[in-house]
Order: sequence, then structure tokens, then C-alpha cells
Amino acid sequence: MDIWNIFDTEWIPVGTWVETFLQWVVTNFRFIFQAIKVPFEIVLTGLEDALTQAPDLLVLALIILVAWQAGGRRLGLISAACMLAIGLMGAWEESMTTLSIVLTCVVFCSLIGIPLGVYSAKNDRFWTVLQPMLDLMQTIPSFVYLVPIVMLFSIGNVSGVIVTFIYALPPVVRLTNLGIRQVRGDMVEAARAFGASNRQTLYKVELPLAMPTIMAGVNQTIMMALSMVVVSSMISVTGLGQMVLRGIGRLDMGLATVGGLGIVFLAIVIDRVSQSFGISSRERGHKKWYETGPVGYVRSLMGRG
Amino acid sequence: MSDAQIECRDLWKIYGNRSDEAMKAVLAEGLSKDEVRDRFGCVLGVRDASFSVKKGEIFCIMGLSGSGKSTLVRHVNRLIEPTSGQIHVAGQRVDTMGEDELRQLRAETIGMVFQHMALWPHRTLGENVGFGLEVRGVDLETRREAAIKALEAMDLGGWIDHYPDQLSGGMQQRVGLARALAADPEILLMDEPFSALDPLIRRQLQDQFLNLSAHMHKTTLFITHDLDEAIRMGDHIAIMNDGEIVQIGTPEEIVTSPKDDYVAEFVKGISRVALVRAESIMEPMNGREATEKTVRVNAELGEIIDLFMEDQSPVTVVNPDQASVGQITIKDALTALRG
Repeated sequence: MDIWNIFDTEWIPVGTWVETFLQWVVTNFRFIFQAIKVPFEIVLTGLEDALTQAPDLLVLALIILVAWQAGGRRLGLISAACMLAIGLMGAWEESMTTLSIVLTCVVFCSLIGIPLGVYSAKNDRFWTVLQPMLDLMQTIPSFVYLVPIVMLFSIGNVSGVIVTFIYALPPVVRLTNLGIRQVRGDMVEAARAFGASNRQTLYKVELPLAMPTIMAGVNQTIMMALSMVVVSSMISVTGLGQMVLRGIGRLDMGLATVGGLGIVFLAIVIDRVSQSFGISSRERGHKKWYETGPVGYVRSLMGRG
Repeated sequence: MSDAQIECRDLWKIYGNRSDEAMKAVLAEGLSKDEVRDRFGCVLGVRDASFSVKKGEIFCIMGLSGSGKSTLVRHVNRLIEPTSGQIHVAGQRVDTMGEDELRQLRAETIGMVFQHMALWPHRTLGENVGFGLEVRGVDLETRREAAIKALEAMDLGGWIDHYPDQLSGGMQQRVGLARALAADPEILLMDEPFSALDPLIRRQLQDQFLNLSAHMHKTTLFITHDLDEAIRMGDHIAIMNDGEIVQIGTPEEIVTSPKDDYVAEFVKGISRVALVRAESIMEPMNGREATEKTVRVNAELGEIIDLFMEDQSPVTVVNPDQASVGQITIKDALTALRG
């Protein structure tokens, strides 16, 4: 052995270990991972079926109404323009698939991330353990875990949601943790002083006050999910990402551009709408959500405004 | 226990992981605050505090920031757990109470007002004020009625559906007071309630609270760092320094006979005009003739000085039976004024 070039030899065969371990997990525990897929699959297919099978114009109208409700007339107009552009470019079907993947991902990230964040805020030890894991999830290049994900979950849209979920989970956990910790001490103390239990304090005081920060986390999660769209198309996830990937593969500039623009327009709509959800009613001049937007309009027509 | 509504006995609070060890060492060796910090890494918050508050009186706890007064008051509703000692509130033993009983006590027997109001900004005034009832499962209608009543007592009846940030500081603290009174508790804990307000508003709120207190007879623990305020508000005053209660007494006792230099330093600038009474400065008659000018034994120094404005001959002090019990010369009055 050449002592001057000791690194020619592979001393720690990490690659082999991982491979053996993965093989072992796949042969013995694949059923567990198939079971994990089930809830993702149910939500995803439900959303996808609804969005793709409903008439395009109905979905378009719904998106515009939601945007109007969330962010006012201006956002309604912006969303209308973006979604019309997508539709007219011929990327409607694909964008609906991508939208359903992103929404599924957000549902699961919130469902799991918000409780994790709340618990981290209450328990410093848990947070010190969780933090490096979140760092890992965010820093490991997503290409690295594409292969094991495919081996464990196989290819397709559901696996795409799971890859995206891993990548997009950290911000909502982090910002929920931050939001809860930032609630002014005397607000929490006051709740306790008037006899609230820990649970009541959480639901009636801490969560509402942390909501703008939590929603900023959800917004970040959505943005990260969108940025995974192209990467995840490599494990044959359909939608806008696949248009881009196919365009690159065939050197079809037109197709790649349409896919890319579709992602941009979709991102603008989702970003703005989710940001508007985070604005508290205080900043909107203390109007309840049902007093504004299309719902408020209908209510005033019915003479209840 | 007699008629004491709040009573704390031998209360200690030591913060830190090794508080139990530190507690034993303090009891055995009588360590100071700094020694506790250096040896155990623990902070001594409250040191051997005992006091009792009678039903219906206003008891002020006065001290500089960091003297442990806020920590002490939070033991009464156990927002802070004592390291050792006993707490009795309204005939119940608080320090050994279970979680459910404690929550009931906080919701029904003790109302609290905070220095920075601590109103929840996402709730309307009505929802803020009704919170204590809400967590006890009282229905919406009753809550709203109670909130209206409490807000009206604070002249804020019309604001029930507004939000805290639409109100001025003084109004916000009146909401804080309304919230504390909504469940009609027997006891009020007020943690520097008026410190964050400007002097004029503070004065108004003090008067409003004194009026309210006079006809509601709530037992009140009132925290302040301002001795003037303590004297204005308090039936009794406890002075705290470094976690310890240095002196407890009526305002007059504190001002006229401070127990140590620390207290003396506080009372130096305090006006005695409304505090010192005739009986505490008069000299015995010792056969002297009663003069024409007379005052009652409980007359304030200010009244006596008014009598000296016209002529400077001595004033005779008479008891309720009109018997002469002492005399005050202008020299006595001036000495008392100077302190």
C-alpha cells in the first residue's frame, strides 16, 4: 500500500453500507412504506380528480373567487390574468396536476409541521433534537434521496408528494416554533391568571397570536414545494415539471418555456393567496373575513351587510 | 387566620435547577443573594416573606425593579410556584392545591391587572373581558352581559365590540381592570397597573380605582415602585428590597419611622402634609392652659399649618370627648413638616 496516497483505498464503505441497509429495508419493510403512501394517495387523487375533471372555467372561477376573498379585488384580477395565461398557453391540465401535488403537500406539511412546531416551542430538549434533523432535510440535495424514495415508494405522483413533503416541511415547523415562542409572555400569563388550562391558552391565545408567523411558514413551505416541481418530475411525476424536463430532454425550447412560465404564474397566484391568508384581521381594519370579498358582497346584496 | 383574606407565611422562591439544595443551604447558613448565585447558580427571588391582608383593604407592595415584588404577588395565584412556605387565600390553602381547584380559584376568586395591560389584540373588548368566564364554560349570552356590566363600570360600555388597539393607553388599562372585575372576584392583584401611563391619566385612574374600591370592598394587592402612589392607595404598605420584606406598616408609620436606611432613602422626598397627624407630634399638656385654637387628634399636619397662618400661638389638641390631650407649637409643626 502506498502510504502517501492512503485515500486511494476506501476505508469507510458508506456507500456499500447504505445500499445493504436499504436493500434490507426494502425486502423486509416495504409494506410499511406502502401503507404510508395511502393517506397521501387518497388526498392527492381526490384533489387531482376534482381539479382536472371539473370544467376548466368552473375551476378558473373558483380560483379567482378564492383569491378575491383572500386578498381583495386586486389579487382577484392578478390571479385571473395568471390563470388565463396558463390556460391559453395550453398548460391547464398540467398546472392542475401540479397544483394538486402542491396542495396535498401543504395539507400534510401543515398537519404534521404545525403540531411539531408547537411542541418544539414548549419543549427545549425536543427542539434541540429536531433542529439538526430539519437542517439535514433542508441541506441534503434532494437528488440524493430520490433513489431511496423510489425504492421504497416506487415512482409516480404520490412519491413526488412524499419527496416534496420532506423538502418543504422544515419552514413551517421552524416558523411555528418561532411564532409560539414570540407570543408576549404577559399575554400567556394573563390567560393563565384568568384560569385557562394549557390547552385553552394554546388555542385561544398562543395560536391566534402566532398565526401570522405560522402562515409565513406555510407560505415558505408552498414556495419550496413549487421549487421541487421540476426535480420531482425525474421520478415521473406529471404536471408542469414534466413539461420542463421533457423540453430539456428533447431540446424543445418551446415546451420547456411553456412549462417554466406555467410554474411562474402558478407560483405568483399561490404565493399571493397564501400570503393574504396570513394577514390578521387587525391589519385589515378589524373586518371579519366574511365582511369582505365576494362573500361580503353577497351578504350585502342579501341585506345583511 | 382571623379576618385575613390573603396570608403568606415564610414564603421563599429560589429560581434554578438546584433550588432545593440552595434552599437548605440558605436556611442552614443564612446565605446572601449573591452567595446563593455564586455557589448554586440560583437566583433568590423572594426571601422569607410573610404578610397578611385583611378583607377589603388595599395592601401595597413597594420596591424598586428587581426587588421581587412582582414575583411575590404571583405566588398568591400561583403563577409562580413557591420553593417553600404557605399561601392562604380566602380561606383556602393555595400552595398545596390541585390543578383544577387552582384554575377555579384563578377564574372566580382572583382578578389580575398587568403592567402592560396584556389585553389580547385578536379579541374584542367583550371577548377580553369575558375570557375568565369563557374558560369556565359560561355561555355566550351570560358572558356578554357580564362584560357589558364590567365595561360600564369603567365608563367603556359603548366599546364592547372594538379591539384593544383602537383605544388609548388609559382606556386600555380600564379594560384591564374591567377584565379583572368581570367575574366579581373577592381579590384583586394589581401588578404596577398605572406605571405605564402618563401622570395625569395615572392620577385619574388612581382616583377612579379608589372610588370603585370604596364601594366594592375588594381585597387588593397593589404593586408599585412609586412610594407616592403606595401612600395614596394603600391602607398598609410593605417595602421590599432584594427579595425581602423590609418593613410593613401604615403609610404614616413608614414615613414617620422608617426602619432602616433603605426605607429612609425612599421616604425622604415624601410630603408629610397629608400623612402626619396631630396626635403623633403633640406634646403632653403637663399643666399648661388650653388655648382657644383646637384641632382633633386625627387632624392632618396641613390643617394645623393652616391654623398657624393667622397667629403663631400654640394649638390645643382635643380628643372626641373635647378633652385637651396635648399641645402643638409652631416649632413642632415645622419640625414634623421637615421630617
